[in-house]
Amino acid sequence: MRHQFTVRIGPIGFRVGSDWAAPIAALQDLYRYYPSPNLPDFTVRLEATHWWRRWLRPSIRIGGDYMLPEAAPLPLGFGLLAAEMAMNLQLALGGRRYLLLHAACVARDGEALLLTGESGAGKSTLATLLAARGWRFLSDEFALIDPETGLVHPFPRLISLKNAAIATAIAARPDAKLGPLLVGTPKGDIRHMVPDALAVGAMDEPARPALLLYPRHGFAAEKRGVPPAESFVRLTQASTNYVAMGEAGFTALTRLVRAVPAQAIDYPDGATAIDQVEALWRTR
Amino acid sequence: MADALILARALADPQSLALDTDWIGLITTARAEQLLGTLAYRLDGLPLPEDVALLLADARASAENGRRAALWEAEMARRALAPLDCPVVLLKGTAFVAAGSLAGRGRSIGDCDILVPRAALDRVEAALLAAGWEWVKPDPYDDAYYRRWMHELPPLIHRTRDRMIDVHHTILPPTARITPDAAALLADAEPLGNGLSVLSPRDLIVHAAAHLFADGDLAGGLRNLWDIHCLIDDHGSDGLAARAAHHGLTRETARALRLCHRLFDTPVAPEHRDLRGGDALYLRRVLARDDWGRPIRPATRFAFYVRSHWLRMPPAMLARHLWTKWRR
Repeated sequence: MRHQFTVRIGPIGFRVGSDWAAPIAALQDLYRYYPSPNLPDFTVRLEATHWWRRWLRPSIRIGGDYMLPEAAPLPLGFGLLAAEMAMNLQLALGGRRYLLLHAACVARDGEALLLTGESGAGKSTLATLLAARGWRFLSDEFALIDPETGLVHPFPRLISLKNAAIATAIAARPDAKLGPLLVGTPKGDIRHMVPDALAVGAMDEPARPALLLYPRHGFAAEKRGVPPAESFVRLTQASTNYVAMGEAGFTALTRLVRAVPAQAIDYPDGATAIDQVEALWRTR
Repeated sequence: MADALILARALADPQSLALDTDWIGLITTARAEQLLGTLAYRLDGLPLPEDVALLLADARASAENGRRAALWEAEMARRALAPLDCPVVLLKGTAFVAAGSLAGRGRSIGDCDILVPRAALDRVEAALLAAGWEWVKPDPYDDAYYRRWMHELPPLIHRTRDRMIDVHHTILPPTARITPDAAALLADAEPLGNGLSVLSPRDLIVHAAAHLFADGDLAGGLRNLWDIHCLIDDHGSDGLAARAAHHGLTRETARALRLCHRLFDTPVAPEHRDLRGGDALYLRRVLARDDWGRPIRPATRFAFYVRSHWLRMPPAMLARHLWTKWRR
């Protein structure tokens, strides 16, 4: 395609092609410290919805190896968001080497904390706050569980901050490199934050899952142990490829929920959550 | 212009791939044509760059899961339909893997396609509904259209497994100008030993050719031609011409053989070794995919799309159909 970019994020390589220069320039800028893959695992295409929409009210259709027919096109101003969504989509629908869990992930001393929950539970924010306190950031979106080793592999793509989380994250990491503020996207205001140097530098080092948390934002501080059977069911729903992985997915997931303690936590604000997480981590 | 010929060549002669092949272009094209698993099996064991070998190993594992899921889906249908005591013939991808055909190696399999006698259609539908399948098309026009004019029931999807089943009573729409002998398809089907059967080797090829050239717009055409190549590899093509003639599909079957020979060096009788009038256009359509996985040659694609409707119904009916669809 006319404009191209390749990047490797942890073990996953992407090739992004675009009808326009701007989204590629944004990716090159924000992913400048990332390596290039030998062989991209997935291809992403940012194409004009019609040939004239390359110039006239430019409109991006999100395409690639895997597509959702109902995905709405985005205006060119949201090109970076389109690229990020498309890369996520490829991995979510096409990834087969790792069991994919919709979870943020940070690590300390080679042991990983997985935060899983619905959109809006605060995964990205908590992962960013923890990273600002010295945890190694692995991912704000997907935990990649290797079925052979049980280890979680980093996938430190750009952190996608939404609405109020933007200011919270910038306050925690005032020197972080940021993408443009995208106002009024289908998910509200979005701003991408580049993960810190530790996260990018150690993107090839997996970690052993040690604690699984189900955070929920907007409630008084509370915690509850989650038994393995409940974790199993919740994580099958939080996985984008559990069914497609077949037996390997089942084995990886049962092993994870048996080996790793799990807690559901409610939290009223970020500072309280950090205290809760640190306390649970010490007593895990 | 770069098209899917690189993929056809790789499938036909994996040894011919150089180490400096445009691997990502080849892989992307194969993915877009639903042939990555097939390619992965074809290249298995050859010296490959490490990353390519890893990616293809994933594709094989994924195809193997797909195969298992497809066989399980067939087994679920078998259990649901066993009390009816009517023949149930697996079609397409599910049939290939159930019969152990080369065409099943690495093949991506979507829906479970089965063929049953037309007289048993109502009972089959009732049994499937009772066993947890549900209608997909809630629209009354679409539903009525399928029931009146199509060679299959409206698609059913299983409530918990989320898998589709297409129940056919013949292999082309009754509105098409060609009427294959559905009774002969059923009568000559070969039992698998578990209550299910697959079409006879000749009918497998004739059905694939009918599906490709007498129905539809050639989407997925390269995969269909590869299926036919493999089916010929399995059983040869003796007696094929007579069987195709019996079903009224001589032209379609001959064209499939010519295109297979051109693309994959499939061994065919001498009269099928040279392209004939119009074949070049079909090749243009079948290979209309670039190294970014994009559909190319929009005019050719559109022509075949129009043709698919033209084949499927007489002009007055087509006009009525398009009018109804357009008004909504």
